Amino acid sequence: MTDTASPTHGDEGETRRDFLYLLAGGMGAVGTVAAVWPLIDSMNPAADVLALASTEVDLDPIELGQRVTVTWRGNPIFIDRRTKAVIDGARAVPLEDLPDPETDDARVQQAEWLIMIGVCTHLGCIPKGQKSGDPLGEYGGWFCPCHGSHYDTAGRIRKGPAPKNLVVPPYSFVEDTKIQIG
Amino acid sequence: MSDFQTTNPVIKWIEYRLPVFSFLDHAVGTKYPTAKNLSYWWNFGSLAGLALVIMIVTGIFLAMQYTAHVDYAFDSVERIMRDVNYGWMLRYIHMNGGSFFFIVVYIHIFRGLYYGSYKAPRELLWMIGVVILLVMMATAFMGYVLPWGQMSFWGAKVITNLFSAIPLIGEDIVIWLWGGFSVDNPTLNRFFSLHYLLPFVLVGMVVIHIWALHQFGSNNPLGIETKGPQDSIPFHPYYTVKDLFGMGVFMIAFTAVVFFMPNAMGEAINYQEADPLVTPAHIVPEWYFLPYYAILRSVTFDIWFLSAKLIGVILMFASILILLVLPWLDRSPVRSSKFRPVHKQLFWIFVADCILLGWVGANPAEPPYLYIGQAGTAYYFAHFLIILPLLSVLERPRPLPNSISEPVLKGGGTAMGATAKPMEKA
Ligand code: HEM
Ligand code: FES
Repeated sequence: MTDTASPTHGDEGETRRDFLYLLAGGMGAVGTVAAVWPLIDSMNPAADVLALASTEVDLDPIELGQRVTVTWRGNPIFIDRRTKAVIDGARAVPLEDLPDPETDDARVQQAEWLIMIGVCTHLGCIPKGQKSGDPLGEYGGWFCPCHGSHYDTAGRIRKGPAPKNLVVPPYSFVEDTKIQIG
Repeated sequence: MSDFQTTNPVIKWIEYRLPVFSFLDHAVGTKYPTAKNLSYWWNFGSLAGLALVIMIVTGIFLAMQYTAHVDYAFDSVERIMRDVNYGWMLRYIHMNGGSFFFIVVYIHIFRGLYYGSYKAPRELLWMIGVVILLVMMATAFMGYVLPWGQMSFWGAKVITNLFSAIPLIGEDIVIWLWGGFSVDNPTLNRFFSLHYLLPFVLVGMVVIHIWALHQFGSNNPLGIETKGPQDSIPFHPYYTVKDLFGMGVFMIAFTAVVFFMPNAMGEAINYQEADPLVTPAHIVPEWYFLPYYAILRSVTFDIWFLSAKLIGVILMFASILILLVLPWLDRSPVRSSKFRPVHKQLFWIFVADCILLGWVGANPAEPPYLYIGQAGTAYYFAHFLIILPLLSVLERPRPLPNSISEPVLKGGGTAMGATAKPMEKA
């Protein structure tokens, strides 16, 4: 052993040794990553959390012009049954006025029903505007009091620090007046 | 380490097998020579150690009564307050202990800034201290979530959401941090686990901090190295006694708050249980995070492809990380501000700027606070990135004394004879 470990060995032995070091080190690194990954991944949403990932909502009792909040995956979902005037207003806004340009049409499946995750895209507060008497912000939609973000009647960001429009969750109409979120 | 003298046979027996007594004697005892002119500003290191011990002891007993579940956490803390024997006391000590820990550590840090304790050869000691501050902040942040009040929940939500500013992977990181799609039970559980763990990590880091300290010993108000035995006195009994005295003063202030105004530094709304669907009107962090919160919110404009949100987050972290490179920003060879007439004044302006930022952080992010916050943030970074490097070349320091004992002994500084004479003042 002492002979092979001797640094005075020929060039050939040196490169072979370097190669073995690299190989052993590389294997060790791969092994460590493989061992750490399960620990990291255990912190991701578990199967039961993911299983809660869809909710059905009956839209029947909601009246024209009414806003209702339901929960989905621990977050509020804003449901807004919009009047014709509100829809027309939202559609009349030129795209150049929007920090995060998106047409009203692209944000709804049926123009009357605006369905969004009610979480401010800035830092996660719940914007005001669902209850009567709430401030609606300068654009008549929603207002986040945390750092002053104003959303319009299509839930699009118009003013304030939030970078994006309120997110539209994946949903589908299972019946005329029933949706499934998630 | 056979230089340890004792006649006690038990200590002798142990010392022979495990030289722990001589170890302590070298670490904090008679064999640790310390600069003899340390002022009371040097008490805050040992006070931070005391605060850490207080937090760990009360925390362990709180954990025996606390339930980390979203349905029970708030009630279990109320039970601690009402039903558990002395539970109110444990909680009030732990709650205010966090605040006092930060008071002490901030004074400790500003002491370092004033006397240039971060300069060679103590750079690594200083950098370990900065990491200790970061771990402390993480611990306090997660602890504040545990009672599951409104501010616990919304503070956690807003702060974890900061990570969503990271391009591309931000959203996935936040979901990973939460273990779900919002701050919820998995989040509370992991925060409790980490809140229990990190203080012990802190203990380990404090040991390394002190290890690095002992390599060159404490800095001192004059900022010059000890040049021989005439400049130093043994740590024990001189500084053990002085530290104990400081602890007494600290405990008077601390217990006064714990027993007479325990909620003065807290937010009343945290006595309301967390409601994931209702955000409180004003979200404010604990006072010790306010300056960083002000920096975070001061950015309201995008720069190129960087969103305001991302820049705010980067600046907030940078405001602490910049301390890591401070030893290389301030190149002035003179440590103590006593001999740096300009730095001395700019130091106090910097302190005022930090307090100003704290005040801004407690107020809503709108004019005029917003503009004050932006100016304060700009000055904060200018102090480190422009003022200190310039000052290193432009300032003319006053002449340094030849040794620590020279100004005291009136020229006797070079004599070796004065060793045994403990001097009271420097
Ligand atoms: C660096 C040391 C520590 C700091 C800065 C710290 C900070 C905090 C803070 C700020 C709170 C919230 C208090 C409140 O508003 O009610 C808290 C709660 C709590 N901490 Fe700690 N803590 C530390 C160490 C520990 C340790 C070592 C343990 C356990 C072994 C612990 C267990 C708890 C428990 C169970 C609670 C929830 C009960 C309560 O809210 O009073 N802490 N901590
Ligand atoms: S979280 Fe809504 S504006 Fe900041």
